[in-house]
Order: sequence, then structure tokens, then C-alpha cells
Amino acid sequence: MSHWGFILAAYAVTGAGTIGLVAASWTAMRRAERQADALRGER
Amino acid sequence: MHIFANPARFLKIARPLTPWLGWSGGLLIVAALAVGLFASPADYLQGESVRILYVHVPAAWLGMGGWTGLAIASFMQLVWRHPLAAVAARAIAVPGAAFTAICLITGALWGKPTWGTYWQWDARLTSMLILLFLYIAFIALDDAERERGGEGRITAIFGLVGAVNIPIIHYSVEYWNTLHQGQSISFLRGSSSIDASMLWPLLASALGFTLLFGAVVLMRMRAALARQKVEARLRRM
Repeated sequence: MSHWGFILAAYAVTGAGTIGLVAASWTAMRRAERQADALRGER
Repeated sequence: MHIFANPARFLKIARPLTPWLGWSGGLLIVAALAVGLFASPADYLQGESVRILYVHVPAAWLGMGGWTGLAIASFMQLVWRHPLAAVAARAIAVPGAAFTAICLITGALWGKPTWGTYWQWDARLTSMLILLFLYIAFIALDDAERERGGEGRITAIFGLVGAVNIPIIHYSVEYWNTLHQGQSISFLRGSSSIDASMLWPLLASALGFTLLFGAVVLMRMRAALARQKVEARLRRM
């Protein structure tokens, strides 16, 4: 494999890891805050 | 620092700060990596594989910086019993582990074309692998302690004790004869052996990833605080 194969693999791992981390954190935050807001509305 | 220990005050700042950190970090990363991939020159020794360092080095800094932040939060939890300190330590653990794993994988992908091997049991690589195991142990310990209804004091002590590994990683290239190269940038001395054409995209990438890391930590802290609120309300119902 040429150097570019290793470079593309490293960037793919970083991109997938970072995007996955941001997406999971964003989704968890939105879900939790929506639940908290819904409970506040029920009171 | 004590001013921000109040969850309501923290949320007032964290809500507008999260998208700012996230978007500015994301844009900076895209710009820095575009320069790193297409505009910066190849290294005279490493060749094209030097471009891997624009993602590997920020990931390494965040893995180590993450545990430093986690240890500071653990210390604040143990000494001042700040309600937000345990939430902060927990919020740092997963992104810290993720960037440590990214550092190890991209390091292996850099090592194969440069050193001729994916892995070597040398001081820097091994101490970084230990950091990943420490993160995993912290997450598992925190989950177990929360399930038992504990205050997270054992996890906080573990966070503090684990910080011993940070100077070991930092000085591993000086104290031991390692395959890993020595420090190229010294923030204390304000000097660098890297050419400016490679240094600027590296620093911009590191700043971008740091801002995004901050946004992720804030998102996870907000999620944890909202979950605590829901649990408290459900108990009262």
C-alpha cells in the first residue's frame, strides 16, 4: 500500500470516530433535554 | 471556578456556548485538514505520511489533556464536593477514550510506512495504550458505582491516581530509549523544530479538535444534568 492508502485510512478513522462521537453526544443531549422539558410541562 | 459550580448558572452559559464551540471547531478542523492534505509539503524524511500527524497529534493531546481535565474535576469533587465536578469528569471520559483510541490507530497507520511496523512495545506507545485502558476502567467503575447509588468518590480517587500516567507519557521519550520521536514542540520554551508550513495546519487542527472536544463535553454534561432532573422528578411523582 502506498503512503496515501495509510493517510486515507487514518483520516477515515478520525472522521468516522469524531462524527460518531458528536452525533451520539448530540442525540443523547437532545433526548434527555426533551424528556426533562416534557416532564416540566406535565407538572 | 466556584461560580460555575451551580448547575443553573452552568446551563445558562453552556447552552449558547455548545453550538459556538461545535461549529467553530468543525470549520477549523475542515480548513486545517484541507491545508494539511493538499497544501502543506511532504516531509523530507517521512514523505507523504507526515500528513497523518495532522490528526494523530491533536488526538494524542486530547487523550492526555482529557485525563488531565478528568483528574482536575475529580480533585474538585473530592475536595469541594462540587455537584458539577463528577458530571464533568464523567462527560470527559468517553471523548477522552475515543481520541486516545484514534491516536493509537492513526499512530499505527503512520508507523507502518515510516518505521515498517504497526506496533512496538516501546515506552510512549505502551503508556498511551495504558491510558486507553485507564479510560475504559474509569467508565466501567463509574457505571458500577452509579448503579449502586454511590456518590462517585471511588471513581474520583481512581481519576486522580490515574493522572500519574500523564507525566509518564509526556516524559517517556526522554527517560527511555524509544522508537517514538522526541518532542517537536515545546510550549514552555515557545520553540518548535517543525517548519512553519507544517506547524500552522497542525496547530489549527489541534485548536479545532480542542474546541470540538469542548462542545462534546458540554453536550454530555447537559445530557447528564437533564437525566438527573428527570430522575429527581420521577422520584417525587
